[in-house]
Amino acid sequence: MELAEGILDGSVKSLARLISWLEDDDERAYEEMRRLYPHTGNAYVVGITGSPGAGKSTLTDKLTQVLRKKGYTVGIIAVDPSSPFTGGAVLGDRVRMSNLCLDPGVYIRSMATRGHLGGVARATNDAVRALDAFGKDIIIIETVGVGQDEIDVIKIVDTTILVLVPGMGDVIQSMKAGVMEIADIFVINKADHPGADQLETEINVRLEQDKQAKDRKWVPPVIKTVAVEGKGVNDLAAALERHRAYLEESGELEIKRKKRIKEEILSLVESTLLKLLQEKFMSGDSFEDIIDEIMSGENDPYSTARELLKRIGLDVTIQQ
Amino acid sequence: MSNGKDRKIKVIVAKPGLDGHDRGAKLLARVFAEAGMEVIYTGLRQTPEMIVQTAIQEDADVVGISSLSGVHNYFFPKVVQLLRENGLADVLVVGGGIIPAEDIPKLKEAGVAEIFGPGTPTQKIVDFIKQNVRKK
Repeated sequence: MELAEGILDGSVKSLARLISWLEDDDERAYEEMRRLYPHTGNAYVVGITGSPGAGKSTLTDKLTQVLRKKGYTVGIIAVDPSSPFTGGAVLGDRVRMSNLCLDPGVYIRSMATRGHLGGVARATNDAVRALDAFGKDIIIIETVGVGQDEIDVIKIVDTTILVLVPGMGDVIQSMKAGVMEIADIFVINKADHPGADQLETEINVRLEQDKQAKDRKWVPPVIKTVAVEGKGVNDLAAALERHRAYLEESGELEIKRKKRIKEEILSLVESTLLKLLQEKFMSGDSFEDIIDEIMSGENDPYSTARELLKRIGLDVTIQQ
Repeated sequence: MSNGKDRKIKVIVAKPGLDGHDRGAKLLARVFAEAGMEVIYTGLRQTPEMIVQTAIQEDADVVGISSLSGVHNYFFPKVVQLLRENGLADVLVVGGGIIPAEDIPKLKEAGVAEIFGPGTPTQKIVDFIKQNVRKK
């Protein structure tokens, strides 16, 4: 049976295999994705991000349990980095999610970044879509994800939960431009540790500044949790539902999703074009000859780039 | 033949039962990652059902189970049996830990591909997996 049919028929095995194909960049995956596409758009996508050790996996585990009690089915994609040296990875997020393992309403997938930056793997977005077609109501992407510039995760989620913990040094340091702005909900996890109140004050001061500095209709709530004990997790689930309602009622969800589709098309075209050019025109001896011509001053990169684009039917001027 | 340009071997490393000795399992998780594999570490106190659910969800190629508490005669064959029942007969199952030599033939008969005892050079395990793993 084809994987898409299997997925629509509720087969976990088909779902798991399709995600592998996506990760492996297997060409067969895209025909299946095309067939699944009409069945997507129903899931709500949540990103849980924060530093290593902040408690993201435990929080994901506990939040999922609350969401299950509310009747939602949940898909989880737990992203961890691949080693840039060996390409391998140890994916340990399931350790904190053992309770969810046998629940048929929950699907968990560990995913290595395989060199992709931004806290998500290349396959993450399509995996979310496969889970959506499979029928999961809520999909959680759990990832470290937050460097100073690595915010790809927010491009593919509806609500971003930023998990902070007390005692991680100067908070403002961890809230440089970009990082602070991505949060729709702040979580102070390990709130029983010293410094939690101070952290809360610092976030609130920052949020207060935001209010005066820019027009922002949604003010991110700050939720204190002790994830290992399940404390505050109901509050987090409630905040999540509030943010979802806000996005839906304000029309922002639609704007967000439209923007996402646009970016996705752009990224598909970009990667396909890049591969095509590299494989068909920028390899082999003849291309080496062109490079030699440029080296010796007989040709230049600008004309060559334009020439390459002409070969695929694009007569355009070169832009950076 | 796999079409995938970026194919990786996926290994589940699991500790079944109440056994809390996970030094070996954690070491192997690292060894496999160093060998370029993607390792899903499940943690302690896994039942065969949990291990097999994890293998299904993760589309794992290999399940590595470690036991030092004498439950291998039940757990290892049970994992193989459940994998087969779920249509995953092509998943390679390997075991390790403290396994008496006289138990090994029976475990292999039950479908465990290989048993690696204490002191096995880690490269030997990596090589075994690379040679025997399924082709997706």
